[in-house]
Amino acid sequence: MSTQAQSKITVYTPDSSLANPFTMVKAMMGDMWEGRELAWRLTVRDISAQYRRSFLGILWALILPLANTAVWLYLNTTGIVVLQQTDIPFPVYVFAGTMLWAIFMDAINAPMGQTGAAIGMLTKLNFPREALLLAGVYKTLFNAGIKIGLLLCILPFFKVNPGWGLALFPVGVLSLVLVGTAIGLFITPVGMLYSDVGRALPLVMQFLMYVTPVVFAMPESGLVAKLFAINPLTPLILTARDWLTGGSPDFLLSFLVVNAIAVVVLLASWIGYRLAMPILIERMSA
Amino acid sequence: MSPLTTHQSPVSDDEPLVRVQGASKKFCLSLKKSLWYGLKDMGNELVGRRHGGHGGLRPKEFWAVHDVSFELKRGECLGLIGRNGAGKTTLLKMLNGLIKPDAGRIEMRGRIGALISLGAGFNPILTGRENIYTNASVLGLSKKEIDAKLDEIIDFAEIGEFIDTPVQNYSSGMAVRLGFAVASSLEPDILLIDEVLAVGDLGFKYKCFRRISSVMERAAVIFVSHDMGSVASTSSKAMLMDRGRVMALSDDCPSVIQSYNGMFKAGGQFQEGTGDVDISGIRVIPASASGDGKTLRHGADMAVEFTAVFRSKEKAAEVVVNFLDQSNTAVAQCMSSRQNFLIYNTGKPQRIRMTFSRLPFNPGTYSTWIIVSRPRPASKVFSVHYGVCPFKVEGSQVGYIPIQPMVDWSAE
Repeated sequence: MSTQAQSKITVYTPDSSLANPFTMVKAMMGDMWEGRELAWRLTVRDISAQYRRSFLGILWALILPLANTAVWLYLNTTGIVVLQQTDIPFPVYVFAGTMLWAIFMDAINAPMGQTGAAIGMLTKLNFPREALLLAGVYKTLFNAGIKIGLLLCILPFFKVNPGWGLALFPVGVLSLVLVGTAIGLFITPVGMLYSDVGRALPLVMQFLMYVTPVVFAMPESGLVAKLFAINPLTPLILTARDWLTGGSPDFLLSFLVVNAIAVVVLLASWIGYRLAMPILIERMSA
Repeated sequence: MSPLTTHQSPVSDDEPLVRVQGASKKFCLSLKKSLWYGLKDMGNELVGRRHGGHGGLRPKEFWAVHDVSFELKRGECLGLIGRNGAGKTTLLKMLNGLIKPDAGRIEMRGRIGALISLGAGFNPILTGRENIYTNASVLGLSKKEIDAKLDEIIDFAEIGEFIDTPVQNYSSGMAVRLGFAVASSLEPDILLIDEVLAVGDLGFKYKCFRRISSVMERAAVIFVSHDMGSVASTSSKAMLMDRGRVMALSDDCPSVIQSYNGMFKAGGQFQEGTGDVDISGIRVIPASASGDGKTLRHGADMAVEFTAVFRSKEKAAEVVVNFLDQSNTAVAQCMSSRQNFLIYNTGKPQRIRMTFSRLPFNPGTYSTWIIVSRPRPASKVFSVHYGVCPFKVEGSQVGYIPIQPMVDWSAE
């Protein structure tokens, strides 16, 4: 500010920021730090606005997975769809699965949703764009908290004891959010340019859900079993659910590998997002 | 976004806060192509290549901003003027770091404030108070800074008890006032202003101007406006842009404003009426013999002449001569009925002359709007000539209000 002798110098040139990786990383860290308070503000703004105009309010975070569970319980008990036996009571298996899947979906949708909703601000004001992404993660975690709260209330009724695994369950949830955010952020730059990405996403996710042990147990053999096995989401859902329901996770190694890859993808996507942002704003506001 | 270099260094008051060297920006005419180029540019960015190809234009592209250079120090104000589509807003967006230049270099020192879109990010469901916190946070204020300024912001916005009411219940004026109060509570080194002052009632507009003036003393200001009055009264430098290029850049604001005014051709000419009276040969001339007839001196005498012919049995007609400025706003009206003057049907063409002494118009471009009609109250419009006979008014001084009467001063 004017009274200070020290002042920040900002230079804009056509060169790609990648030409100076050191400065770029410094700027990324700086913006993330600078944006932390804004991210919190945006989260508070969105969450309070979201529920202020709604009668059922926070319950909406539960209604969708509950309805989903009800559908699968109906299909299973009436014998329309015959499912493989699960180690834990089927309602718990399905309910935990759909809840975890909903958290993952929230995380995937957040980066594009946050960016799309903030177009008006992005094209007119300069603020740390990281704040938008961080706010997206906060909101996902907030909604996840509600879902997990309900899950924990339900477990005792089915005599499921999570045991020591419960302590690790937050790690399972965080890794779902991590992988979801990494994928969501990865597709955001192109998705903001072409609406095709946004249209295709629910379709792809629907398909993915059926090759992930969300409502079905792992099949033992056949092509489907192979699909389940190579699906990187399988270890995530299974491990998180096992920790919650007291099972022993069988896919711990792949769980760790998927998370490690997700961290790399997330960092790369973050860089891509920053590089793409001025181009997106130019194409969206010209 | 993505500043290339960010480091600390002392700024003395002599050093320019804004330094723009050959900044250029391309835009694309076709949306499909634009998106495709966007995708390509992203790819180039990702492999570390320069933005926007090798400087040339790709098919369907044009220069929205081309080779703009200037410097600005603390306490200076640059008035950025030009017609719509001249590239002013695009230049501001580059200065604000929203979009990257395709060529050239922009250097900004210190905190940048932008009065560009007031209340961007306001959520209509939340209260004014909640929105102050979000909006100020977006603009870069910390919670502590906002807490300290909250009362001042509410006070300035004149919101009163509505501060805890959802913003969707505000009148548009209230929302704008709140937006301005928040945005202007920043204490920037560089302030960018884009026509935000076109809104709000006159009293608040004046208040805003005072606020901006006080910021200007400590900052370098870039000010986009179509209101030559505000530019003339606030700017220490003026820059005229047209189709992305700098047409004029000078400390002599009046001369830049005159070049801007000179860019307007008489637009929107039309003729209509019943044709009972025909008028032709319209001329605007200096009342004295000097001058070429298209250019008049401020304060000189002028005359408007035309020939009227009655084509029917109408007995008489009255005349109104109006003057329009370059934005086709009527600035003066001369009614013949005021002087009880009528044109009577003599069956022959008559040369009509109206003289206007001590021309009071602010230097600029004007045109004429002549209406010939049956005398009131039984009005019937015989002939209208709108936007004809453009003429220029020249003068040594440019004011910010259209009519600059020649007055006498005295002291006792």
